[in-house]
Amino acid sequence: MIAGVILVPIIFGIAVFIIPWQKVRRWLLVIAAGLHLAMVIILFLRPPRPMLGGWLALDVLGLLFLAIVSLLFFVSSVYGFSYLSQSALEQEKSRRDPERLFIACLLVFLATMSLVTVAHHLGLLWVAIEATTLASAPLIFFHRTVPSLEATWKYLLICSVGIALALFGTFFLAAASAVGEGGAPLTLDQLLRMGSRLDVRLLRIAFIFLLVGYGTKMGLAPMHTWLPDAHSEAPSVVSSLLSGVLLNCAFLGILRSYQICAAAGQATFAQSILLIFGILSMLLAAVFILNQPDYKRMLAYSSVEHMGILALGVGLGPTAFFYTLFHALNHSLTKGMLFMSAGNILAVYKTKTSSAISGLVKHLPMTGALWILGFLAITGTPLFGLFVSEFNILGAAVGQERYVVAALFLFLLTAIFIGMGARILPMVQGSPKEEGGKSKECFWMWAAPMALLAMTFILGLHIPAWLHRLLTVSASDLGGMQ
Amino acid sequence: MQTVSDIVLILVLLSDLYLIGLTRLGASIKVVAFQGVLLALLPIFSPNMTFSIHLLIIALGSLSIKAILIPAFLFRAIREVNIRMEIDSYIPYSASLLAGMGIVLVSFWVTSKFNLPVIVASTLWTPTALTAVMIGLLILISRKKAITQVLGYLVLENGIYILGLSLVAQMPFLVEMGVLLDVFVGVFIMGIIINHIKDIFDDLNVENLTILKD
Repeated sequence: MIAGVILVPIIFGIAVFIIPWQKVRRWLLVIAAGLHLAMVIILFLRPPRPMLGGWLALDVLGLLFLAIVSLLFFVSSVYGFSYLSQSALEQEKSRRDPERLFIACLLVFLATMSLVTVAHHLGLLWVAIEATTLASAPLIFFHRTVPSLEATWKYLLICSVGIALALFGTFFLAAASAVGEGGAPLTLDQLLRMGSRLDVRLLRIAFIFLLVGYGTKMGLAPMHTWLPDAHSEAPSVVSSLLSGVLLNCAFLGILRSYQICAAAGQATFAQSILLIFGILSMLLAAVFILNQPDYKRMLAYSSVEHMGILALGVGLGPTAFFYTLFHALNHSLTKGMLFMSAGNILAVYKTKTSSAISGLVKHLPMTGALWILGFLAITGTPLFGLFVSEFNILGAAVGQERYVVAALFLFLLTAIFIGMGARILPMVQGSPKEEGGKSKECFWMWAAPMALLAMTFILGLHIPAWLHRLLTVSASDLGGMQ
Repeated sequence: MQTVSDIVLILVLLSDLYLIGLTRLGASIKVVAFQGVLLALLPIFSPNMTFSIHLLIIALGSLSIKAILIPAFLFRAIREVNIRMEIDSYIPYSASLLAGMGIVLVSFWVTSKFNLPVIVASTLWTPTALTAVMIGLLILISRKKAITQVLGYLVLENGIYILGLSLVAQMPFLVEMGVLLDVFVGVFIMGIIINHIKDIFDDLNVENLTILKD
């Protein structure tokens, strides 16, 4: 079954590449996503055995991230189905149809992300994360415009170089585990079992390289420079996947490195570095959000902010782990729906400049409502899931008497709230600049993001028992406690 | 065997420095291809690696990908551009060369300082790897042509590969092949993007790619 979540999308991807009928290809995308989700549910109900000598295994932490990937991909595929039908109408005149490659790459992208969540060999993890970059680069270039060309080039080059540094770190990790004789196993379980027998000095070097490498991919400042370009120029269905789940996959890579550090008694060292990267990312995101005329870029910088919060959460240590993971889940749901809404707006108005748009609620009622509710959810307004997680991360900072961190955290969140509000509220209110009254909105293109919004709303009110257990076990795995 | 592997390492080091000073794109690609050959020789001639089928496949894999496929692909990419082939640099060549010398010195100094547990018994491995990584980065950030940036990435990747060989006696076969495949597909996609850059701008300068900023 573990192999299934990787192989099924690949098989469907190949099928899509061969099949000549456009309609069938789109259906295959949704079917593959549905199958993937079904398999993840089965994996949840029946924990699988490790495969390939412990190289592929699904622990609870991996399952949590796999579930996020699968859920968001399924919703995105439903949205993407309508998105492709609409953009196909506009692109009828274009000389050739890039959709075949697009859907095939989407499915391979799903397979590589699934591989990241089940890879328990650090080398394989690296291969998988680099493969996500390669599978997603053609997706960003879907519209074949000059800005998207630039974004794709930056994405490919900066992420490849960043991840090359993570390979450097992986080798150092192997060296750290090669004490005495015998080869380095480099499987997560073996490394955790070695614990304090790892060479501390080399482990520290390894962690720094892994953090910088995977941090580039995760969008931590100051390695985030590719992120606003790639996430704003990609088609919106891809943006929601990039921001919603791909960043999480890189975060998982960092969490795995952290786990090993914690097992070797180096948790405080790793935490202090993560804390600095976290604060820096939030700070940088706030600065760029405050004066951001482009609403998709604004969402991209908001992703940098939330990745900063995740790094900060891990940096605060075990008391914040539960809600950090909860934050990752809610961020995926919220950012996914926001990028989908942004896609709806972009499709109608054909501009990414927020000041050019007004009267969204009157013109596109459902999208307008989603846009404003999504804004409230992403900035951590009460009643939404992100409020609960941010509140508790703040609580953890205060509980450890780190008042400076807590104050900075609160200040930056407020600044970002104001910055985003100042751009988003004028878009929603007022009267439409163009006449024409209501535009027709495709059902699935607002229902899909609405479903994600509903989920994060429910999570803000109540965490179901099974999810609570999932998060608790993941958090305790991270703390190094068995 | 020790001397052979040392000679190979010195050749890698020299080819890195030579690459900095080159101005013709075609010659640069040839140097990177030559490095691919050297890298394939390295595991075979390293003193404490026992010869095995596994090792042979890795050597053949890196030979065919790094020395043949990637260079051939890059040559095809530049052949179609009918513009002048000279490499543009943000940093003057003499300064780049000086920086390269500095990098070599720093690499040897760092290695002696940190005393890394080198499994392969030669003092040249780690400094060569570090030099390659840093020179790769230098080329990446200082050159204006998209294709030279790819070459910088390859040099960087080669450095990491050498370090991997020196720190880890044997990475699992699957991982090494995975890394090689990732690099190859990466360069392949970069090549496609380069083709698009060329189609749109009729030029390979990355200075064209500066629309997106805040």
